[in-house]
Amino acid sequence: MNLFAETWRYLLDGSNWTENGGFLSRLVEQLLVSFTALGLAMAIGLPIALWLGHLGRGGFLAINISNVGRAVPTFALLALLVTLDWPGSGYFGPYGRAGLATLIALGLFALPPLITNAYVAVREVPLEIRQAADGMGMSGAQKFWRVELPLSMPLVMSGVRLALVQVWATSTIAALVAGPGVGRIITEGFATNTYSQGMAGAVVVAAVALVLELLAAVAQRLVDPVPRARAGSSPNREEQLSEPRPKVAEAADTVGR
Amino acid sequence: MTLLAADTPSCYSRFVNEWFCWQYVDDRQDEIVDALVEHIGITLAAIVFGLVIAFPLALVARRMPRLESTILALSTGLYTVPSLALLPLLVPFTGLSATTVVIGLGLYALTILVRAFLDGLRSVPDDVRESAVGLGYGSGRLLVRVELPLAMPVIMAGLRVATVSTVALTTVGTLVANGGLGNLISHGVQRDFRAELLTAAVLCVLLAVLLDVLLVLTQRLLTPWTRGAHS
Repeated sequence: MNLFAETWRYLLDGSNWTENGGFLSRLVEQLLVSFTALGLAMAIGLPIALWLGHLGRGGFLAINISNVGRAVPTFALLALLVTLDWPGSGYFGPYGRAGLATLIALGLFALPPLITNAYVAVREVPLEIRQAADGMGMSGAQKFWRVELPLSMPLVMSGVRLALVQVWATSTIAALVAGPGVGRIITEGFATNTYSQGMAGAVVVAAVALVLELLAAVAQRLVDPVPRARAGSSPNREEQLSEPRPKVAEAADTVGR
Repeated sequence: MTLLAADTPSCYSRFVNEWFCWQYVDDRQDEIVDALVEHIGITLAAIVFGLVIAFPLALVARRMPRLESTILALSTGLYTVPSLALLPLLVPFTGLSATTVVIGLGLYALTILVRAFLDGLRSVPDDVRESAVGLGYGSGRLLVRVELPLAMPVIMAGLRVATVSTVALTTVGTLVANGGLGNLISHGVQRDFRAELLTAAVLCVLLAVLLDVLLVLTQRLLTPWTRGAHS
């Protein structure tokens, strides 16, 4: 097909990457806004969810927030935020209102997977381990920091991974409301009937998405206190709690998938 | 000039531009209903498409464990591709049509549904399966009469997730001019038309909730034995 050849030519053309509004500058924009939003959502969502999980309260809210997040179209929320009179200046550009609207929408959509997974992660720590911690005379805070948190890390990370995928997808959609990012190259391509440009943008966005997912998967494996391939990592930490840990890993697998 | 003054601006005129405006809903009823019908059509078609492909895939994955990880990895990889990027990638094959949106969203639904089918079939206890075999059930009848009904709660949970997220994602179809209510939202953003924007957004959420409730009711009808256990 001719379109594929044109797309390939567009991708190979260096000026499409380096020019103002080309791939590189758009990628930097999108990565910046995505990771800022993810960082903000983690800073707000994780402590609350972990704390609720530690107390064992608010489960209904923590679980159902994901369902609510799913039902609200990202596009609709972005559109609403852009059309509001606040925040930001009236300037309809990448760093004006559309940029801020994108940041807020991204943060909001990153929260549900973070909160649900972090809450479930702490709740999934087996009762025997909690009781053992109590029996050893650990205070609530000690139990949280030294038992529950390390054991729930893999599942928390899988929440971060889901949130990252969600944030990247949403920040692409932001282009539909003139927000920053590579999505702009796609929407511009479609608006001007240069489909090769749209396709090229789509290829770049998809490739970055897959790379981010892979990196997140690697990170998830790194924080796992019970590495699936047992060889090689931190043998002395492994000895201390070796018996019950596999259970947690199993539980994490069934929920975090 | 007097002509302008005499004509009191309705709540959706450029000068007022209110968020909630019944008069808009009244005046543009046809447009809204058309968009809603298109939205529902695309959503249902995508779900059916996803179901039709997910079921055989799940059966294959179950029969051949070696293929299972490949199928799951492929569908997960597909799921990480943002919707705004997936649609352009389909355009060379299906053009700027509703088919593009249906296939794209169907592929997303597929990921959730394959998992749901696999988990559901796996949740059937082995002793139940064995006693069915002992009663003389062949593999086809075993699947339809024993395994599928018992897997239904898990499958329906997956179907609910897939349906709700498909309703929301359909709005992105506005990129190829087939987004149902998304077309209204996008028009509303471009023209700064608040009533249109909010009406479409609210209808989207209501549609998602409505379909979810319908699925819950269907599940109750399909699995009457779970009612006593849960409520």
